[in-house]
Amino acid sequence: MPALKLPGLIKGLGVTMRTMVRTLTKGSHTVQYPKVKETPTTRARGVIALHEENCTSCMLCARECPDWCIYIEGHKYLAPPRRPGGKPRKKNALDRFDIDYALCMYCGICVDVCPFEALFWTPEFEYSEPKIADLLHDKTLLGQWMETVPDFTDYEAGSEAKKPEVPR
Amino acid sequence: MNTLILAAELAYWQQTSIRAVVGLAAVLLPAGTLVYLFLFKMMSFMQSRLGPMEAGPYGSMQLLAEVGKFLQKEDIIPAKADRVVFKAAPYVVLVSTFLLVLVIPGGPDLMFIDVDTGIFLALAVSSISVIGILMAGWASASKYSLLGALRATGQLIAYELPLVLAVMGVVIQAGTLNMQGIVMAQAQGEIFGFGGIGSPFIITQFLGFAIFLVAVQAELIQPPFDMPVAESELVTGYLTEYSGMRFLMFFIGEFATAGIFSALAATLFLGGWYVPGLDPTDTLFNVIGPMVLMGKVILVAFLIFWFRFTFPRFREDQLQTLAWKVLIPLSLINIVATGVLKVVF
Repeated sequence: MPALKLPGLIKGLGVTMRTMVRTLTKGSHTVQYPKVKETPTTRARGVIALHEENCTSCMLCARECPDWCIYIEGHKYLAPPRRPGGKPRKKNALDRFDIDYALCMYCGICVDVCPFEALFWTPEFEYSEPKIADLLHDKTLLGQWMETVPDFTDYEAGSEAKKPEVPR
Repeated sequence: MNTLILAAELAYWQQTSIRAVVGLAAVLLPAGTLVYLFLFKMMSFMQSRLGPMEAGPYGSMQLLAEVGKFLQKEDIIPAKADRVVFKAAPYVVLVSTFLLVLVIPGGPDLMFIDVDTGIFLALAVSSISVIGILMAGWASASKYSLLGALRATGQLIAYELPLVLAVMGVVIQAGTLNMQGIVMAQAQGEIFGFGGIGSPFIITQFLGFAIFLVAVQAELIQPPFDMPVAESELVTGYLTEYSGMRFLMFFIGEFATAGIFSALAATLFLGGWYVPGLDPTDTLFNVIGPMVLMGKVILVAFLIFWFRFTFPRFREDQLQTLAWKVLIPLSLINIVATGVLKVVF
């Protein structure tokens, strides 16, 4: 019987009315974006920053990326030996490290998979571009994002793992 | 207005143009007010957001921006559409809206036409929009439009009945179909010998008022009765192929009709332009009457839009069940009860 649904209907009307009164008296849940900005949550996934010194161009991130949006090019070079008389060391130099944010789906697998702490999440999100090609961030730009990387949040009490440091 | 214009002894073309201008204002101003007040603002508040805030103070000019946006859009007519019918459909809907305003009195002398069958004319004219909607759906040559139009037709015909039957109670009590007469009956009525606030029919005809509001909600094809434009299954029903100016006309038609049906409800159940404490034949009402009526319109529209923003959409069979199995029997009972009580007292 529809008459039995009346209490529910009135309850529903009460919900919207209460929401309206709360919005009018205490303000809305939304903010007027360009004028007011919300503080992003800790560990917000805005953009990925690259700490170039830690990158060994091992290509793990590029291979794990589901969207194939990371482009890495590098070359090997010979570094002077550690001790005099030793063999020159083979090292990897990073020529190109691009992330195409037009393709990126912000899954964060690259950040997780990086064995050398070279990739970090930062909460910055205001990097939209009029041209889609400009969303391809090269390693200089990705390096600049490093300034915005927040410190890691503390692990819960009793955790044995050591909190990693963000290389500055 | 009839008598006022006649008293001024204007030529026919002058009378007609005054009527046209006032009619346009009487349809568009309430429609704009309702869109801003309820669709833009109240809906936002009920969803805990602020709504438009940038265009003008508190977004009050947003409506102009929206109209401008629609006007500059391309007017697309599908290749297989029946062009003449497709173009005519929005006008048919608008005509029904503009004809509705004719019978609503704004004061003792403020009325476009004073016909004895006022409310009957209004309800008859309101059905014209069904034809416009069916035309729109058929001429679009799109299955979504056609299905939407068929749903709309079924719904409008189903809810026309409770709408008319709910009004019947008022008509029985007032003893007249004339809108001015209904207002006067409320203004001069008494509740058990107490005439301080007149006798607004919402007190004696509360059931009729409730049924009328539900039926109006369905007539306007807005949630929770918006099956015909259910976007998850029919894109936007009979509006699917419309764009730009023609879509805007449907949009204006919807909200102008909301305003006018609110005005009808205010006149029938809340006493129209009358406020208690004054002599209803006072010519002062020619000035404050429209404002009083507008206040009552906003009150009724608040209820209508409150329902709109609260409840989710009905399923098609639930929608028909509500009309045929609940509202129509209830309104018939209401008519019988009103008739019996009218004879007894």
